[in-house]
Amino acid sequence: MASVLALLLVAGPLVLGSYWVGLLTQVVILAILAMSLDVLLGYTGLPSLGHAAFFGVAAYAVAVLSTTYHAGVWTCVAAAVLIGTGLAAAFGLIVSHVRDVYFLMITLALGMILWGLSFRWIPVTGGDNGISGIPTLLGHAGLGAAGPAAFYYVALLVLAACGALLARLVRSPFGLTLRGIRENESRMKSLGVNTWLHCYLSYVIAGACASVAGVLWAYYNGFVSPTYLDLTASSELFLMVTLGGPATLVGPVLGAGIIVLLKNVMSAYTARWLLILGIVYIAAIFAAPQGIWNLGRRSGRARA
Amino acid sequence: MSAPALVLEQVSHHFGGLRAVDGVSLTIGAGERHALIGPNGAGKTTLFNLISGEIAATSGRVVLFGTDATRLAPHRRAALGIARTFQITRLFPGLTVMENLLLACEALDRRRLVMHRPVAAYPDLHRRAAELIERFALTAIAREPARHLSYGDQRKLDVALSLAGRPRLLLLDEPMAGLSAGESRAMHALLDALDPAIAVLLIEHDMDVAFAFARRITVLHQGRVLTEGSRDEVSANRSVQQIYLGMGAEP
Repeated sequence: MASVLALLLVAGPLVLGSYWVGLLTQVVILAILAMSLDVLLGYTGLPSLGHAAFFGVAAYAVAVLSTTYHAGVWTCVAAAVLIGTGLAAAFGLIVSHVRDVYFLMITLALGMILWGLSFRWIPVTGGDNGISGIPTLLGHAGLGAAGPAAFYYVALLVLAACGALLARLVRSPFGLTLRGIRENESRMKSLGVNTWLHCYLSYVIAGACASVAGVLWAYYNGFVSPTYLDLTASSELFLMVTLGGPATLVGPVLGAGIIVLLKNVMSAYTARWLLILGIVYIAAIFAAPQGIWNLGRRSGRARA
Repeated sequence: MSAPALVLEQVSHHFGGLRAVDGVSLTIGAGERHALIGPNGAGKTTLFNLISGEIAATSGRVVLFGTDATRLAPHRRAALGIARTFQITRLFPGLTVMENLLLACEALDRRRLVMHRPVAAYPDLHRRAAELIERFALTAIAREPARHLSYGDQRKLDVALSLAGRPRLLLLDEPMAGLSAGESRAMHALLDALDPAIAVLLIEHDMDVAFAFARRITVLHQGRVLTEGSRDEVSANRSVQQIYLGMGAEP
């Protein structure tokens, strides 16, 4: 199954027109983001409703540095990832103390603060208008005007790299402690694990990975706006993970694909695509409560 | 002469106006087998929570292996060499028995922070987990998620988890509760076979079990130590007979 999905992603641009390659690029970038949330939500059991914050902040960093300061491509990429990760390191100090619905509320609140900042800090962020005129990644790197397929493959490569790193992480001794925290945090403490530290590291790693996705998104769109940081972005992301299958890493990729395609295809026919998304989600809860990717597995089997 | 495994000095914990544990002092030497008995609501589990750090003492001192642990978080106390089981088992229900034990084996190991190598790359952790699986007769279900285990097996896994970190002081909160006669005997044999270097504090409702296991017995009543002594001293104590053995006659 995973190889079928991989084949579709690799072979897609060879047969698809540029509109579909664009959509597929969105899928790939959001898949990176959804995967990073899966580390938190699926593996560690921390339900973040503000995960788009790191994505958005990194995208803004690329936008500001490349337009206002005319920084080079490596400066933009490195600084954006560092800023996103640094923000996660700072937020993590606060959010790692709380769990469950409190975690949800605090991450939501922090996300909203950033959204407010992007909306109001007009001299830097352009406010509601956002920032446009971000060069394409390959153009910025001085590789000339390559087609959309070239950028797509760059994004796909980053997805593969992030996927491989995260897959390694979740199978490691550290990854096992994250699942232990999800399953029974108090037992983890009495066994001798500083669960605060492990939740913190999980949060920072997820934030770093989300920043990488944010960098790609800024270059893909050539434009950033506060909508990247708002609650809708974070909750759509949440949906991608739960719909696709939490604690699988592949499931969120599938979830990103379903939601991006549904959103774009349906919105061509109706303005009420959210209604359709809602119906799909409810149907999925009944038919595949563990997410679509887990459908094929033996029911009740331990989650990865 | 090594420091005692545990010293409690006038430890109290108040839930609002309720003195759940009220000025308890207790010393457990290295390798000592000690039972804690008392009627329901006597404060036994609260005392366990105070020792392991789940809750903080309102007053008094908790000293573990000569280190003042009164203000330490549970994971820091575990690092000093204390482990516990829970009255209501606390396992990792979605993880397999093997994963449960791997987790318990790595919990006090620095390698718990390794991110770049798979757990499978550490055969010594697997060996230790496999040893415990064998010792607790969980081999046939090693690959089953813990939530699928029978109640008796969950109890065994709970004890196995607590032993994985090679503790020097083990707190067992009614490990036989709810077990069938056969399972109870098996658990008894497992506890008897514990390394004599490990000090054990056992909460037990069944007086016979407590007396068979422990050299010394502390009787807790309404948050206070009613008496402490050998089996004979405790069973000869009038007030123990009154408040505890009398109630113990219930089915």
